[in-house]
Amino acid sequence: MSASETARSTVNEILERTLVDGERLSDSDALTLLESRELIRIGRAANEIRSRKNDPGRVTFVVDRNINYTNICTVRCEFCSFSTDPGDLREGYLLPKPVIFKKIEETLALGGTGILMQGGHHPDLDFAYYDDLFRSIKARYQIHLHALSPSELLHISRRSKMPLPETIRRLHEAGLDSIPGGGAEILVDRVRRSLSPRKAKTDEWLSVMREAQLQGLSTTATMMYGHIETLAERVEHMRRIRELQDETAGFRAFISWTFQRDGNRLQEKVPEEARPTPFDYLLTQAVSRLYLDNVPHIQASWLTQGLAIGQLALAFGADDIGSTMIEENVVASAGTHYTTTTEELAHLIRAFGKTPVQRDTYYEPVKTWD
Amino acid sequence: MSAATKTEAAALERVREKVEAGERLDAADGLALYETSDLLGLGELAEQARRLRGGGDEVYFVRNLTLNQTNVCRVKCRFCAFARAVREEGAYTLSPAELAAEAKRSYEQEPYNELHLVNGESPQVDFAWYLETIRALSETLPEVHLKCYSASEIHHMSKLSGLPYEQVLTELKRAGLDSLTGGGAEIFSARVRRLIAPGKEPAENWLEVNRVAHGLDIPTHCTMLYGHVETLAERVEHLLRLRELQDETGGFLAFVPFAVHLQNTRLDPDLLPTTAVDVLRTIAVSCLLLDNVAHVKAYWIAMGLPLAQIALEFGADDVQGTVGQEQVFHAAGARTETEQAVDRLVRYIQAAGRVPVERDTLYNELRRWD
Repeated sequence: MSASETARSTVNEILERTLVDGERLSDSDALTLLESRELIRIGRAANEIRSRKNDPGRVTFVVDRNINYTNICTVRCEFCSFSTDPGDLREGYLLPKPVIFKKIEETLALGGTGILMQGGHHPDLDFAYYDDLFRSIKARYQIHLHALSPSELLHISRRSKMPLPETIRRLHEAGLDSIPGGGAEILVDRVRRSLSPRKAKTDEWLSVMREAQLQGLSTTATMMYGHIETLAERVEHMRRIRELQDETAGFRAFISWTFQRDGNRLQEKVPEEARPTPFDYLLTQAVSRLYLDNVPHIQASWLTQGLAIGQLALAFGADDIGSTMIEENVVASAGTHYTTTTEELAHLIRAFGKTPVQRDTYYEPVKTWD
Repeated sequence: MSAATKTEAAALERVREKVEAGERLDAADGLALYETSDLLGLGELAEQARRLRGGGDEVYFVRNLTLNQTNVCRVKCRFCAFARAVREEGAYTLSPAELAAEAKRSYEQEPYNELHLVNGESPQVDFAWYLETIRALSETLPEVHLKCYSASEIHHMSKLSGLPYEQVLTELKRAGLDSLTGGGAEIFSARVRRLIAPGKEPAENWLEVNRVAHGLDIPTHCTMLYGHVETLAERVEHLLRLRELQDETGGFLAFVPFAVHLQNTRLDPDLLPTTAVDVLRTIAVSCLLLDNVAHVKAYWIAMGLPLAQIALEFGADDVQGTVGQEQVFHAAGARTETEQAVDRLVRYIQAAGRVPVERDTLYNELRRWD
C-alpha cells in the first residue's frame, strides 16, 4: 500500500468506528483526521452525524445584530483589529444608550429576535453599568440578550469586586439571557500567552462557562484557529469543550473560524503558507462535528469564509448558517467584508436543497421561509 | 432515511455501479446525478470516475494573458455585459499592430505561455483584419501559444468573408493560430438560444466549426454557460452533444462550465444567482458525463479560488490561468503579481493534498511542485 492508501484506510477505520459503532473519537483520531486530506470522506461522515442530530431537511439561521457597545479595551489581544487603548479619544467610543436603543429598534423592525452584545474590557465600566443597561433594554424591548463573553464577565466581576457567581446571577436577573462563546480563541495556555497575554486563561474561560451553565444560562463555544496553534492544539481545544460539555451540557453550539489578518499585530507572526485555505476550514469544521459528539449544533461561518464556502459548510457537518449579522464590526475591522440579507441566506439554503428556518438564540423555530 | 432519500440513494448507487464497471452514463443518469441531494457523494463519484480514467494527483494551471481586441458586437446576447454597439460609449477596436504591441508589453513585464484572445463579433472588420492580427501576434511572440477566437467568431468570419469554415480555419492556422477557445457554446438547446442569444448561430454551426477545426488538427476547448433559463435536462443534453462530437474527433482539450453572472446583463431581473452548490454539482456531472474529455476546469477567476479549490474534490483537475487576477496582495517584496498568483495557486492546490503542475495549452508539463 502507498502512503496515501494507508492514510485513507486509517481514516476509513476511524470513521467506521464512530459512525457504525458510535464510538467517541479519541484525540489521536481527531488529529489523524485533521492531518489527512480526506475532505470528502470526513465531510460525509460529519454530514451523517449532523443528520442524526438535527432535522436533515432544514437549515436554521438567526436574525440578529452585533452591538459592540465599546471598543475601549485594556486587553489588546495580538489578533484584534477592533479595540483601542483607554484614553484614545480619537478612536475610542462607548455607545450612548439612545444609540443602542435605536440599533435594537432597527433589529426588531427587520424581524430580528436577538442582539449579540460584546465589547472591550473597558476600565471604567462595572456591574452597575451593565445592570442599568440590561434593565433599561429589557424594560423597553422584547429581545434576546446574548451578551458578554467569559473574559468580559471576569473583567466585570474583578472591576466590581463581586464574586463571579454573584456577578453572573445578578446580570442574569438584570436581563442577560445567554452567553456567547467569544474569547475562546484556542483554549491552550501556550497559545493564549502569546496571543492574548492579558485575557482569561483556559481554566478561567472554562470556569466562567461552567458557572454560567450551572446557573442555567445557555452558551455557545467558539474556536479561532489558523494562527500559531498546532493541529494537536486545535484538538486539545475541542477536548476542553467536550469535557465541560459532558459535565454541564450547557453549550448549544460550536462555531469555528479562521484568524482574519488585517490591521493586527498577529499577522506578522503568521506566514502566508500557514494560513488555512477553505479546504482546511471545511475539514476542521467536519472534524469538530465528529469530535464534539455532545454539542447539539454546528454553525458555519459565512462571515469569515464568504457565502460560497459558508453554503458548502452545510454539507460538512453544519446545521446552521449563523446570523444575518445586521451589523458586524470586529471581523470587518480585520479586513473581511462579507454581507448578506435574510433573503440571500434563505436562497443559499434552498439552493442547497433544504428548508430555511429562522430560529431564535435558543434554536427554537421562529419562522419557516418557504 | 425517508422514502425519497432512499430512491435517490439507489439512483446514485446505480450510477456508481456503472462508473465502476466502466459503463457509459446516459441522460437519465445525468439528471439523477444533478438531482441527488447527496452533494459529497456526487463529488466522490466524480473523483472516482476521473481516477478510474487514469487521472492522478496533478492539478494544472497555465501562465496566460487574456485580451479582447474589440468589444463591438452585432449579437447582443442577453447575458453579456461586455458587448457594445459600434457608436456606443466605451466601444473600442484595436488594430492588429496595437494589439500585438499590447501583448508584447505584457509579455515583457510577465512572460506567459498562452494568449487567450476573444472578441465581440464586429461588423466593422473583415477577415483580413483577423489574419493580420494572428500574423502580427505570431511574429511578435513566436514562443506563445495563440489560443484565439471561439467557434462563434469563426462562424462570424465565415459570414464576413463568404468563405467556408474549412478555409477560414486553414488560413488562420497558416497565419499562426494554434487552438480555439471554447466560448459561444452557451446552452445548445434551440429553445434556450432563442431566449438568451437570439442573434447567435445555432448549436449545429458551433459544433460544425469545432468538427472542422479538429479535422485540421486545430485543438479546441468547450464550455457551457449555465444558471439562466435552461433546465437541468438541457444542461445534460448540452454535455451529451459535446461528448458525441468528442467521440467523433477527440479534438477538445478541456471543458469549462461557467455560471452566468447576472450583473449588468439583460437577463430576467428575477433570476437568482447560481450558488456554490450548483457550481460544484455542475463540475461533477460534467466530469462524469464527459468521459472522453481529459480535463474539466474549475476556472478560478470566475468562481473564486476558494470554490475552485473545493472543486478539485468534485472532478476538476485544472484551475486555468494566472492572469486576470485582481487580488490585492499584501505581502511586500519583489515578487510580481503573476508570481504571487502562482504562489497562491500552488499553496491552495497543495493544501488540498494535490500536486500543482504548470502546463502549456496542450497539457505538456512545464514545472511541477512535488
